[in-house]
Amino acid sequence: MDKRIASADAAIEKIADGDTILVGGFGLSGIPENLVEALRRKGTKNLTIVSNNAGVDGYYLGLLLQNRQVKKMISTYVGENKLFEQLVLNGELQVELNPQGTFSERLRAGGAGLPAFYTPTGYGTLVAEGKETREFDGRHYVLERALRGNFAFIKAWKGDRWGNLIYRKTARNFNPMMATAADYVIAEVEELLELGQLDPDGIHTPGIYVDAIFQGAKYEKRVERRTLRK
Amino acid sequence: MPLTEEQKRERITRRIALELRDGFYVNLGIGMPTMVANYVPKGLEVIMQSENGMLGVGPYPLESEVDPDLINAGKETVTELPGSCYFSSADSFAMIRGGHVDLTVLGALQVDEKGTLANWAIPGKMLKGMGGAMDLVAGAKRVFIAMEHATRDNKPKILKKCSLPVTGVEVVDHIVTELALIDVTPQGLLLRELAPDATLELVQSLTEPKLLFPPSGPKPMPI
Repeated sequence: MDKRIASADAAIEKIADGDTILVGGFGLSGIPENLVEALRRKGTKNLTIVSNNAGVDGYYLGLLLQNRQVKKMISTYVGENKLFEQLVLNGELQVELNPQGTFSERLRAGGAGLPAFYTPTGYGTLVAEGKETREFDGRHYVLERALRGNFAFIKAWKGDRWGNLIYRKTARNFNPMMATAADYVIAEVEELLELGQLDPDGIHTPGIYVDAIFQGAKYEKRVERRTLRK
Repeated sequence: MPLTEEQKRERITRRIALELRDGFYVNLGIGMPTMVANYVPKGLEVIMQSENGMLGVGPYPLESEVDPDLINAGKETVTELPGSCYFSSADSFAMIRGGHVDLTVLGALQVDEKGTLANWAIPGKMLKGMGGAMDLVAGAKRVFIAMEHATRDNKPKILKKCSLPVTGVEVVDHIVTELALIDVTPQGLLLRELAPDATLELVQSLTEPKLLFPPSGPKPMPI
């Protein structure tokens, strides 16, 4: 078994207009830079992008918005992107905002064979409008549906040809759930190692979830808010 | 002399920090709430949770320590401490919704007399998203609001009923402003502490619902 693939461009070959893509990362940390850049080059349109944030103006997912490749975003926080706000207000982009815990659990459920779950989050808010609610032991809950994609773009630190993955620090974020919740899961890693070089006890995403893996050509790892102590 | 914005923020976050206890797991919201970490009383071990997947958030890095893979929920660069750990967002929100976080501190646009909070959207104006706020108010054991008492044009933010889209219904436990510490109780809003440079009349005039007082009157807010 060998899930290695030559490049980001080769990995995304089958993505078509109108597909839903899960994209890992929190802010600009732990983002699949090479896959998103390849998607921009490919120019696929009418995409639904499931990502916690929408990138920043002029970079990363911000470039897909600029190219009008995105029809809909499912996110939790999009405050860093002026173009995003403008496109939504103009009616050129649809947005579905989810509470972050609901967003991550929808993905986890999507990968774990669960169609829906009850959460206390968002009860009595706009988020619960039109959804079933139910009382358990005197508390109110909202029924939320699982979330899956046609493709998932995952960024990990290290991986091997069986698709086992290890993430680094807070770059882990949504990547592990997204890796379980798409029909075709592509992982890009900083270091692609030989079988046996990853500690079996330290693997965060077991290879069963991953369909294709490659080592990213380069990583800019841009810092969004450089805050320093004196 | 009126307090500067910075002085207000320091007073509010210092007061909230006095509520921390050894062994507390705490999640601080973006903006002013983050400043609570600067005033953790000496000798206490308080573990900061960041909802992007970290327990034991350390101070901001030196230039040489900046790591793009190590940020807090405000996307600011941070550092790790001995004992820190990392986990996925699903695990992070299991901690939050599951009631494992002792205390959270959030900002507010409006809070009402039942403790219902609005802090994520202004229709037609602000499109940002709720991030983790709805989960935090649904799951943390105690919810503190850190905010300036009134708007810039002196309109109350503590209202009988929120007019903006709400973040959670009846979720706030305590409101701390530069003027007062207010408890949300089943009877209504109880003014427990009053800042030394404030009067009851001033606080009531900037608060829409009628405030209640403890039998012996509010205590002076330690500042």
